[in-house]
Amino acid sequence: MHQIIENYFNAQIIREAFPDVLQGFWVTVRAALSIIILGLGFGLGFALLRCINNRILNALIRFYIEIFRTMPQLVVLIFIYFGLPYAGIRLSAFFSTVVALSAVLAAFSAEIFWTAIVAVPRGQWEAAFALGFRRSQSLFFFILPQALRLALPLVTNRMIAITKGTAFGVAVSLQETLGSAQSVMAIKANPSPLILATFFYLLFFFPLVMFSRYTERHFSR
Amino acid sequence: MHLFLTNFFNISSLMPVQYLLWQGLRLTLLLSVVALPLAILCGLSVALLYSFAGKRVRRFMLVLIDLMRAFPVLMMLILIYYSLPFLGITLGGFSAVVAAIVLNNTGYFSEIFRAGLESIPVSQMEAAQALGFHRTKAMFYIILPQVLRRAAAPLASNSLELVKTTSIAGLVAIPELIRSAEIAQEQIYNPTPLSAVGIIFFVLLWPFSHLVSRLERGALRGRVDL
Repeated sequence: MHQIIENYFNAQIIREAFPDVLQGFWVTVRAALSIIILGLGFGLGFALLRCINNRILNALIRFYIEIFRTMPQLVVLIFIYFGLPYAGIRLSAFFSTVVALSAVLAAFSAEIFWTAIVAVPRGQWEAAFALGFRRSQSLFFFILPQALRLALPLVTNRMIAITKGTAFGVAVSLQETLGSAQSVMAIKANPSPLILATFFYLLFFFPLVMFSRYTERHFSR
Repeated sequence: MHLFLTNFFNISSLMPVQYLLWQGLRLTLLLSVVALPLAILCGLSVALLYSFAGKRVRRFMLVLIDLMRAFPVLMMLILIYYSLPFLGITLGGFSAVVAAIVLNNTGYFSEIFRAGLESIPVSQMEAAQALGFHRTKAMFYIILPQVLRRAAAPLASNSLELVKTTSIAGLVAIPELIRSAEIAQEQIYNPTPLSAVGIIFFVLLWPFSHLVSRLERGALRGRVDL
């Protein structure tokens, strides 16, 4: 018992690690928010582009979706950080993480949004046309609001799963929550900073998981 | 274009290091084969416990499930691999990775099974018991098969995610596909191994990802028709 307190809840070490891990936590929050905005924005954009029904555009978007849905996030991240410099494209650890995870989230959410748009019954389109709305107007005023409701639970779950991947930033030595906790741990030879990092992660992700439960309950039926 | 090809698809430079990729592929597959059944089994057991538990225990279990779902898997792995030795418990890299993935995915799978179990009307259980089935027997012969059908889409999608998650093993020095590719890339100063890993994952997982999107489409349609 004493050993557990000494190693995991060592107050002095937690106090000393706090500023570093907090700074890391801000990096995590910034990265996560950028990923959510970019990923969902591009995802919705791709889904809307598919509504234009251009065959070449659709093929390109589907190709993109298939690729980024099957690649592990870590593969995308490593490729961007270690592979792209050979092509003369050098991104910082932070931007590599944001770009990699946004690309993955965009692929998943594009597919979910598109599936949801298609899932809205045809009668809704026909009713909107009958009322004299043009195609784009019908899409934005009638179909999209219903589609977003349908998509919300799935998108929230995916969003959480992918933003949790900010911890993969460690692989490209990004000093986010986990990375900074690990370096303090290495210096102090005590794993208490990891508990601090766990606390910070749960602080951010637990409310999101609760929110996803809420969306599942209220938007699934 | 030529520069692009020699950099990212340089087959001849890949040849001397290809054994690294095969070894990586073997480890990735091995990790998946060990972790996936374990995670599904743990998730199912938690969900069954939940369905037989009282109200207060249920609320407590729900919080535990949510905690597991909110936990980044890499954080779990680092905790297990780097901090347990301070307590005198040393796990090898392979078992640490399996433990982290199974713990993390138990949360996901139990939530899927739990939601599935909840979606089956109580009358099914009552009907089975009226026919003389014991509760556990009714669960396995009548309720679970229906759950499996309804939860097919999220189950498949999560299994796919689990296989992709095995790539974290590279961070605790298990040379699975990505780690091997990084080593290979450092040896030949060329990112072709990284592209190769991308292609391997794509070829390996694309059929499943295709299946998942078909199942998901069906599930979403079903919800609209209700």
